Amino acid sequence: MCTMINESTLISGVGRGADGWFPVTHAHIGFDHATHSQAEHALLLDFVNPSLGTGARIALEMNIASGKALVETLQAAIQAAELSGARE
Amino acid sequence: MWNSFRTDSPPVITTEVIEYAGANGDQINAYVAKPVGNGRSAGIVAVHHMPGWDEFYQEFSRRLANHGYTVICPNLYFRDGHGTPDDVAAKVRAQGGIPDDQVVGDCSAAMQWLKGQSTSNGKVGIIGTCSGGRHAVLAASRSSGFDAVADLWGGGVVAAPDQLTEKRPVAPIDYTKDLNTPLLGLFGNDDQSPTAAQVNQHEEALKKNGKNYQFHRYDGAGHGFFYYHTPLYRQQQAMDGWAKVFDFFSLNLRG
Repeated sequence: MCTMINESTLISGVGRGADGWFPVTHAHIGFDHATHSQAEHALLLDFVNPSLGTGARIALEMNIASGKALVETLQAAIQAAELSGARE
Repeated sequence: MWNSFRTDSPPVITTEVIEYAGANGDQINAYVAKPVGNGRSAGIVAVHHMPGWDEFYQEFSRRLANHGYTVICPNLYFRDGHGTPDDVAAKVRAQGGIPDDQVVGDCSAAMQWLKGQSTSNGKVGIIGTCSGGRHAVLAASRSSGFDAVADLWGGGVVAAPDQLTEKRPVAPIDYTKDLNTPLLGLFGNDDQSPTAAQVNQHEEALKKNGKNYQFHRYDGAGHGFFYYHTPLYRQQQAMDGWAKVFDFFSLNLRG
């Protein structure tokens, strides 16, 4: 099914794509048809820079359990970073 | 019928990418596959699925052409830039899809392109899978000139009000009274969109409006059961489904 589920946010970072590092400006998180993983649907994580064309994209496909584990890990790392007092 | 050509006259096709004026006169590109020769043939508009104007749809178009049809597969994502099919589809997905009005215009213009070919027999069908199935029903309902429409597991033909968006403001089922084209529907009973209940609802609307349709529902299949490049593929159901598609188009486009 086409779920059309998608959430987007602005982000500021850099990512390594097929042609090297590039500035990443947007993150799109969907749950829709998997294109490469062996699942009917998957969490689709895209880190992109629209101003650089459609190829400026770092793509991940994963199952929901992996997505939850990733969120928990990300939150733990952010909490530790904020508690550390280290500057960005 | 599959694998029924004569070995002394096997089908031969040519393929190319063309540009034509789609919705609002916008130039877009399209994959064209057609039988070799000057004989008359019916046309088919192949409406690609949400994963994009991709290699599957090139092969899908060639398969239809191999069975004697001139096929045009418009790149509905042309306006959203170019790259690999996955990358372009990801961009479109993040934008919430493409506007229904634009798709209808692109498909209607593709139908006119087919009818303008010197080899056209004057008849044109339209077929799509997944979002393309929904788009095919929509285009056939809102454009005059199609002679047959095949909806292969199109999700969203039936939609709740909270599922409608600016780009998809009307559920195709609400155009049922305007559909004056024979409809073929193929569905997997394990599909989540359309669900069996939604297929029932669509069928009730077709019956109520006295429409010419045939629905075929398959046990042991879900969404995308023709997709041999994915785990969704179901060989037996897919081959039977292809036979239904060829019979349907032969009946309505060659008569």
